[in-house]
Amino acid sequence: MKIFVPADAAARALGADAVATAIAAAAERRDVTVQIVRNGSRGMVWLEPLVEVETPEGRQAFGPFAPGDAESLFDAPSVHPKALGLTEEIPFLKRQTRVTFARVGVIDPVDLVDYEVNGGLTGLRHALHLGPDATIAEVTESGLRGRGGAGFPTGIKWRTVANAPGAQKYIVCNADEGDSGSFADRMLIEGDPFSLIEGMAIAGFAVGADRGYVYLRSEYPDAIAVLDRAIILARVAGLLGQSVLGSDYAFDMEVRVGAGAYVCGEETSLLNSIEGKRGTVRAKPPLPALQGLWAKPTVVNNVLSLATVPMVLAQGGAQYCSFGTGRSRGTIPLQLAGNVRFAGLFEAPFGLTLGEIVNDIGGGTATGRPLKAVQVGGPLGAWFPPALFDTAFGYEEYAAAGGLIGHAGIVVVDDTADMAAFARFAMEFCAIESCGKCTPCRIGAVRGVETLDRIAAGDAAATPLLRDLCETMRLGSLCALGGFTPFPVLSALNHFPQDFARSKEAAE
Amino acid sequence: MPDAAVVARTAEICREHAGREGALLPILHAVQSDFGHVPALALPIVAKALGVAVAEVQGVVGFYHDFRAAPPGRHVLKICRAEACQAMGGTALADAAKAQLGVDWHGTSEGGVTLEPVFCLGLCAAAPAAMLNGVLAARIDPTRLAEMLAEVGA
Ligand SMILES: Cc1cc2nc3c(=O)[nH]c(=O)nc-3n(C[C@H](O)[C@H](O)[C@H](O)COP(=O)(O)O)c2cc1C
Ligand code: FES
Repeated sequence: MKIFVPADAAARALGADAVATAIAAAAERRDVTVQIVRNGSRGMVWLEPLVEVETPEGRQAFGPFAPGDAESLFDAPSVHPKALGLTEEIPFLKRQTRVTFARVGVIDPVDLVDYEVNGGLTGLRHALHLGPDATIAEVTESGLRGRGGAGFPTGIKWRTVANAPGAQKYIVCNADEGDSGSFADRMLIEGDPFSLIEGMAIAGFAVGADRGYVYLRSEYPDAIAVLDRAIILARVAGLLGQSVLGSDYAFDMEVRVGAGAYVCGEETSLLNSIEGKRGTVRAKPPLPALQGLWAKPTVVNNVLSLATVPMVLAQGGAQYCSFGTGRSRGTIPLQLAGNVRFAGLFEAPFGLTLGEIVNDIGGGTATGRPLKAVQVGGPLGAWFPPALFDTAFGYEEYAAAGGLIGHAGIVVVDDTADMAAFARFAMEFCAIESCGKCTPCRIGAVRGVETLDRIAAGDAAATPLLRDLCETMRLGSLCALGGFTPFPVLSALNHFPQDFARSKEAAE
Repeated sequence: MPDAAVVARTAEICREHAGREGALLPILHAVQSDFGHVPALALPIVAKALGVAVAEVQGVVGFYHDFRAAPPGRHVLKICRAEACQAMGGTALADAAKAQLGVDWHGTSEGGVTLEPVFCLGLCAAAPAAMLNGVLAARIDPTRLAEMLAEVGA
């Protein structure tokens, strides 16, 4: 009997380890032989720990599972109080188009055979057959754009690095995932680490790099452990090393652990950090593609950008490009977080409206209270009121609506939320996390907190000051930390002026 | 730990990372994982091993939130302060923790619990989240937090 109990950090934080122990103990008491696979999460976090039992009809789901539910799993599974039916038939999962996350939650994350049986390594083999140029062409044709936030076309970035002169080049994976509301990188690494390794190996082959680094945040201890293990297994199997899959192409990689600085998600700050320096932002140009890690040509890509590449190569760029809307091609792993009923990961082609995402898919708020606002794209993303819920999910569409999609993390709040407090938090966060290199960000954020406190104290004259300050930060900051903090601040002020006025009344 | 032991162990860690590109952060992580903080005594040894100025090592240690200059309490409780957790009562959870422990952020309670803020643990779909002595916990409330502290004897 094969039973799946996720080892995903969210599932574990909700008790999955105790569940696995209870199931093993119950099986032993009954003399039933079970194989417990610690898979990734299916992304339905409100059902975690989600246990699955393999049957001839398919995998049967049970959740949210408590240790006390283990005994009855062996008595009469079909009438088990936590039975959810076939996993694949659960509407939240059934409605998705899983490309990047196709294997997450399905396979044993650290079993390379399982990976290969489920389509793994097809992309790398195809790339080795195509050659570097055609590999880049395929990625370009797919329309894949950077999933880390800026949305730069991945194929064009690779072409720049491939054309840059120099014998030593690097592939750097940005796994800093600091945005609140985002957890897709973590889930991917914990649930399907070989897809990231394969993606990095393809990138190295395409641009002529033999070395890769994954900069992984220290807040993700489980992801670090899984990826470290997967890299060792990949070396043993010849997926990494002097002769990748038996070819004459050499590539190896290692994990570098961050140290709790949000700004190190910014690519140049990240490179400084890997080099062992303070994580301050570098002025651009030079682009990292030309002078990146140790001043060598470097591809810096987000986890999801890289982990999607094997699928693009395996299925063809045109196939991936057939999904999506406008200039946002392919699929996007949306992350529903905060006060939302069906919280979790939902991969879909670009183009869903925000209303469809939070109401139809997310089921509204978890508290059942009216939904007030949604922050898209992390702490530098704008707050959207329900009036903007017809915005289609895409890079240009969000920019036009005064926001950004960032890493596609979506944080929902209900009507008890105080948007003035969120605006203040955005400035405070920027002040805490500023790398200190440029004044508009370093000093501006501190002034921003003070100005918001004045507004809260009823000083109406402070509001134009706040707008001026935001303009200075937007135009004068070296990177998007200072440059985009005005998004959450001004969107809160513009869409919810009553929250700022309310604090004024309270003060009077 | 006696000074000589700190010096010896730090030198050993540096030797383990010899020749590694960009070894400073990995070394500092290893030092902190052994001592719970980065002792001032360790800085000159690390600087010498890497051939950089002590001030540079000091600057790096000071830049990153993870590295502590002084040892924490017997237990470290990190509570997420970021938006998705705020949306689910994260601020109230943090306030309850501060009240129970009688400390503010970065303080250490009489029972030896150091309270630290963290900005997102990637558990935003099961908010609010916290980490106690390296173990993650999701969807917690003040009652559950008090239980968790009791379970580790804090
Ligand atoms: C303050 C700040 C934080 C960032 N954090 C991240 C992050 O955590 N992960 C990420 O992939 N990109 C992050 N970025 C974007 C990176 O600078 C860069 O655009 C990205 O890693 C490029 O990869 P992509 O083209 O695959 O998206 C951040 C940018 C800024 C300004
Ligand atoms: S916002 Fe708290 S875990 Fe992500």
